[in-house]
Amino acid sequence: MMTTLDQAIELGLNEDEYKETIKYMKRTPNITELGIFSAMWSEHCSYKSSRKWLKTLPTEAPWVIQGPGENAGIIDIGNNLAAVFKMESHNHPSFIEPYQGAATGVGGIMRDIFTMGARPIANLNCLRFGSPKHVKTKHLLSGVVSGIGGYGNCMGVPTIGGECTFDKGYNGNILVNAMTVGIVKKDKIFYAKAGKPGSPVVYVGAKTGRDGIHGASMASASFDADSESKRPTVQVGDPFTEKLLLEACLELMETDCIIGIQDMGAAGLTSSSVEMAAKDNNGIEIDLDKVPVRETKMTPFEIMLSESQERMLMVLKPGSEEKAEEIFKKWELDFSIIGKVTSTQHIVLKHNTETVADIPLEPLANGLIYDRPYKINVNSKSIEIPVSNNWEDALLTLIENHDLCSREWIWQQYDHMVMGDTIGMPGSESGVVKIHPIDKQALAITTDCTPRYCDSNAHTGGMQAVCESYRNLCSVGAVPLAITDCLNFGNPEKKEVMGQIVDAIRGISDACTKLSMPVVAGNVSLYNETEGKSIPPTPQIGAVGIIKNTDYQLFNIIKNINNQDIIIIGKTKGHLECSIYAREIENIEDGCPPNIDLDEELKHGKFILNLADLNLIDACKDVSDGGIGIALAEICIMSNIGCEIISPKDININSWLFGEDQGRYIIISSKSEEIIKKASDIGINASILGKINGEYFSVNNNSKISIEKLANLRNNWFRNYFSNKQ
Amino acid sequence: MKPNIIVFPGSNCDRDIHVAIKKTTGQNSKMIWHKETTLDNPNLIILPGGFSHGDYLRSGSIASRAPIMKEVIKKAINGTPVLGICNGFQILTECELLPGILMRNKNMNFICKYTFLISKYENNWIKKNYINKVISMPVAHHDGNYYANKDVIEKLNKDNRIAYQYCSDIGTISEENNINGSINNIAGIFNDKGNVLGMMPHPERAIDVSLGGEDGINFFKTFFEKLG
Repeated sequence: MMTTLDQAIELGLNEDEYKETIKYMKRTPNITELGIFSAMWSEHCSYKSSRKWLKTLPTEAPWVIQGPGENAGIIDIGNNLAAVFKMESHNHPSFIEPYQGAATGVGGIMRDIFTMGARPIANLNCLRFGSPKHVKTKHLLSGVVSGIGGYGNCMGVPTIGGECTFDKGYNGNILVNAMTVGIVKKDKIFYAKAGKPGSPVVYVGAKTGRDGIHGASMASASFDADSESKRPTVQVGDPFTEKLLLEACLELMETDCIIGIQDMGAAGLTSSSVEMAAKDNNGIEIDLDKVPVRETKMTPFEIMLSESQERMLMVLKPGSEEKAEEIFKKWELDFSIIGKVTSTQHIVLKHNTETVADIPLEPLANGLIYDRPYKINVNSKSIEIPVSNNWEDALLTLIENHDLCSREWIWQQYDHMVMGDTIGMPGSESGVVKIHPIDKQALAITTDCTPRYCDSNAHTGGMQAVCESYRNLCSVGAVPLAITDCLNFGNPEKKEVMGQIVDAIRGISDACTKLSMPVVAGNVSLYNETEGKSIPPTPQIGAVGIIKNTDYQLFNIIKNINNQDIIIIGKTKGHLECSIYAREIENIEDGCPPNIDLDEELKHGKFILNLADLNLIDACKDVSDGGIGIALAEICIMSNIGCEIISPKDININSWLFGEDQGRYIIISSKSEEIIKKASDIGINASILGKINGEYFSVNNNSKISIEKLANLRNNWFRNYFSNKQ
Repeated sequence: MKPNIIVFPGSNCDRDIHVAIKKTTGQNSKMIWHKETTLDNPNLIILPGGFSHGDYLRSGSIASRAPIMKEVIKKAINGTPVLGICNGFQILTECELLPGILMRNKNMNFICKYTFLISKYENNWIKKNYINKVISMPVAHHDGNYYANKDVIEKLNKDNRIAYQYCSDIGTISEENNINGSINNIAGIFNDKGNVLGMMPHPERAIDVSLGGEDGINFFKTFFEKLG
């Protein structure tokens, strides 16, 4: 039956796009074909608004094996091993159904990693919720955290870090970004490709149901008051089946049966078959009657657009079907030869012996690309933040703030130790996992973004996100290698939002180029808005670095408390605009974000790594949200020891303690003279703040707060929140 | 003879315990798939942690009916040492090699953290000099809330079969240190013969200071030393 423009619009295509489909088809597409076009051309699958700008990102370095465009990015980590990683969003589903939305987000990103032949070794997640006072926040937070834990814990992959912050800008549209890192032998990497015509196309994993139908289009539309009614489009996760799929795939990958493999993620069977077949200019023919289904009378449209989880599509070497089937039978998973690779350059679908779709692959695979108009709005107005001299009240308020307090309540619900390689726990500057089974080498992984900076200036915000991830890696003694991004923005059809996207990408690009951290994978999530109101721009960064000798790993906990000085690297000017201090103490959210000096970032990071190699550091922490005050309080709380610091005379004490100037690190060391000399030799600003001693956070020898009190405030926010004390 | 590690679909600590035993004692373990029906000359049978069969139905219940379990039960009754950790403990209660059940944690959440433990009696796994000494091992479970009726608990107590109890850093056993709501802070128990041990804490994760603790080293060393 022929389709109409109304049907196209309902599926998320606009009038011009519908006309394009007719042009490519040379006739009016039927509903199955239209569904396939709308999924492949959705923002989620085609990156049509962002692709022009994503192409400008730096993606190359000698250690990059695979840049953007595949399931995940791959970098060389030595010893014939490679790290495979990517971050992906699952925002809209998590808002509608927090447990399943978050769980399937974690499941989806892990599949992206093991599709390439890698065993996942670490998960991280970045969560942005609305105001803690918002009526939905408690429910969303507890649901998302249990969903992430529910899936990752069952898979036996440790969840080793991430972020969680709150802002009223996410009241109607939370963000759930999940990242997975895996390890693969360099000569055992798998790609989505189809090989020669005639090769069998095989479906493995869970059966196809009616869940998540056309989810990619939902993820590409804005929210309105009816979004709750979209709950049936959220997929349901089955981590047990995924664990079996992981083991079965890795077992099959040990053989030489596979030509190409692709997971069925967004747009399910549609995108996986199109992407594989188009890769080598082939065609593909699928018999939909052979697709394992769990419900009766599923239509071709439903089968092709279902986003049921835990499924894979593979092209096998002809003749190896039996061997492959045996492995999947062992793991009690469905295995079905559903079609073959052809030379037609078309995707052809059969159902009840009839051809139900026949579409040229090229326009589907190439997608659309838009050059959307944009306008860059920069809040360049610098403002004065009033400050008091009462640092005690400020520190007591900030340490208990929902964005600065301990996240233990969250990460104790994640198994962060399974696999027995976690040597940098959640709560560290970066999560650290040993590279199994290489002795004394480890990967450090961090995720970062400061949305309130991005909201004020997306270019600075983009740079800052990369720089903070760089600092977090250096703070554990890891050499930064590469990043994945996950760009969360509002509606790109609005010029101001498009301007934020363009500007943030420019910022990421500038910082990555300077810091030699190429972007090897990425994901874009647009239309994050509710009833016309966009989220704060959130270009999330996930970064990976390597610790070449774990004897020189750095920690934010002091090992030896005797005779230790506190040193700060980098200049403290006391920048309070856009800081948490300004927001929480003075109730001001305007102003400019702190300046980023990329040359300094690079120089300071290299300096920290050099000091680590020389074994001059006892503990290290980068200075970020909440400034010196919060960074030092955290070190003291985690080490259960006090500090005595002296503030400089030429700066207000609260600007000094809570200003968020960038490029800074706090070092705890008994070799302070040597460090200061080395810093001054190469023109780095370094000074002694004071020393580690006693049981108090003490400033200028005349006022102090007990570390125990700070620890209690820092540790209790989440517990109190869920016991309804707030 | 060698340790036999039973691998169920959904087990996820099987590799970890293999690595830990190798690292701490030099012993190579044999992995046994749940569908097999014979064991390979075991000096120790291990039911590892994880989510066997997704923990669907009840944690450990489907695994307790696996083909290999008939053989495991037979060997256990004949005195072969059996160690069930976490999901393995749940399987042991489900197949009734150990009494009681493991319910959902009292706060309803999954809990992953280091906990302090104390043991009061000498046995296969615990040397005399470790009696009443506080050790530390991590837990990672959703269903670790041990329960058994009064008669069973009395018997466990009387027969010195409570292997580990959750406690404070100085060894106080109180409700405050009861992480999951277990009756009498029970973290691990023995069967009546003392050859079957089920425990929620993960000794295989505590084998290096860099991992957060090393009390697991003694755990494995003690067992194989006593085995001779």
